[in-house]
Parts: sequence; structure tokens; C-alpha cells
Amino acid sequence: MSPILFWFFALLMLVFGVAVVVNRNPIASALNLVVSFLGLAALFMSLDAFFIGIIQVLVYAGAVMVLFLFIIMLLDLRAERLRKINWVASAGGVAVALALLIQIFYVIGHFGFSKQTFPPLATSEIDDVHNIGLLLFGNYNLPFQIIGVLVLVATIGAVLLSKRERR
Amino acid sequence: MVTLGHYLIVSGILFAIGFAGVMLRRNLIIIFMSLELMLNAANLSLVAFSRFHLQPGGVPDYNAQVFVFFIITVGAAEVAVGLAIIVALFRARQTTHVEDINTLKF
Repeated sequence: MSPILFWFFALLMLVFGVAVVVNRNPIASALNLVVSFLGLAALFMSLDAFFIGIIQVLVYAGAVMVLFLFIIMLLDLRAERLRKINWVASAGGVAVALALLIQIFYVIGHFGFSKQTFPPLATSEIDDVHNIGLLLFGNYNLPFQIIGVLVLVATIGAVLLSKRERR
Repeated sequence: MVTLGHYLIVSGILFAIGFAGVMLRRNLIIIFMSLELMLNAANLSLVAFSRFHLQPGGVPDYNAQVFVFFIITVGAAEVAVGLAIIVALFRARQTTHVEDINTLKF
């Protein structure tokens, strides 16, 4: 992938990620998060992970964000916008996040492989759905079934939690 | 040229943005969105390592991509349960603001 496209999508993702945190309106935050996830999906595809990129668009930009938007509209959160900002607590939060960022930069700067470019692939045809499917149903069959049970439990839990209690 | 370090740094910055969101914001739904940002930052570095560490046939290491698949599935299940908890909390307390929920505060 050309460096221009990489920087374009990385900046798109990071700028809209900051907008998610900064925006005071929850609906605007959710829509910014969709754009951020689309940029992330483009970065996945730049790494030749087409299946993961498409899953990212379908699951996150599609299903999860629709769920977020429905909940925001269900709860009618307009009154939240009028609150005062606690500037001392905000400065503390930014300081902790900056300390984390500096640590990450330090670790990546001292990581030997981080200066190397990506090695070329052997073939131009990427057969990643086939390969991931083989691994998923072969090597990782038991975790796959456990994930199925987990999704079932999550579904039942969501239904139970959102049911109204009878008095 | 784009190196492995570039992807790792972008992933680290995205993680820090999500972390700052969890620390700064007081709205439960925004905190939840920031958690999703952090999950996806981890996914980006996993996929970058998958492309960097080629298998003997010259194809990406698909074990990492299966791992990312599992993370996305667990993340989606977590969002469903978490949002149901937020709805239940809103019904009980009429708020999604963490400073209004201080029953356990010392």
C-alpha cells in the first residue's frame, strides 16, 4: 500500500477517534466512531487482511453502531449536554493518557523489528477466508464452539436485563 | 516506506485516545465507545504482526487473524450485554452519568 493512503486512513481514524472523545453530543460521537472504524477497516485491508476488514465493517460499523444509536435515542440523552466540566479532573485524565502514550512510544522505539518494512507476500492472490476457515474449524474448533455458547449467553443476558420487572 | 513501527504507533495512539476517553468522560455510553476504540487498537497491532510474520509458504500468519476474529466476536457480545445493563440502570436511576451513581462511594 502506498504511504499516502496509509497516512490518509490513519489520520482519518485518529482525528475521528479524537472527535468521539471530545464531542458533547452522544449521537455525534457515535457517528464519528463509525468513520473511525471505517478508517480502521481500510488499514486492515492495507495489511492484506481483507476478511478481517470486511468483518470490521459489518460487525462494528454496522451492527454495534446501530445498537449504540438505538440506545442513545431510546434514553433521550439531551440533558447531558448542559453539565459543567471539571477542569482539574480533565487535566488529570489527559496527563495519565499522555504518560501511557509516552510509554508506548518508548517501548516501540526500542523494539528491534519496528524499523523493518513488511516482507513481500509469495503470491498476489490472497486466500484468507479459506485459510481462516480451515484454522477456525480445525485447530481452533473448541474455542469456536465456546464462543458460540458465549454469544448465546450474551443474547439471553441482554433479553433478561432489558425485561421489565413485574411488581 | 511504511514500516511495522508506523502501524504499531498508530495503534498505540488509538489506544491512548480510547484510554483518555475512559478517563475524561462521565457519560457511560461515551465510556463504552472509548472501550471499543481500545479493543480495536489492539486488533490493529495484531493484524500488523500477522502481516509481518510470514508463514513458511509466504502467506500471512493466520493464527493472529483468527485471534482478531475471536476478539471482535467477544467485543460484540460485550456491547450487547453492556448496553442492556445501561438501559436497566437508566430505568432504575434515570441517568447515565457516572457521578450520579455514587451509592458505593466512600
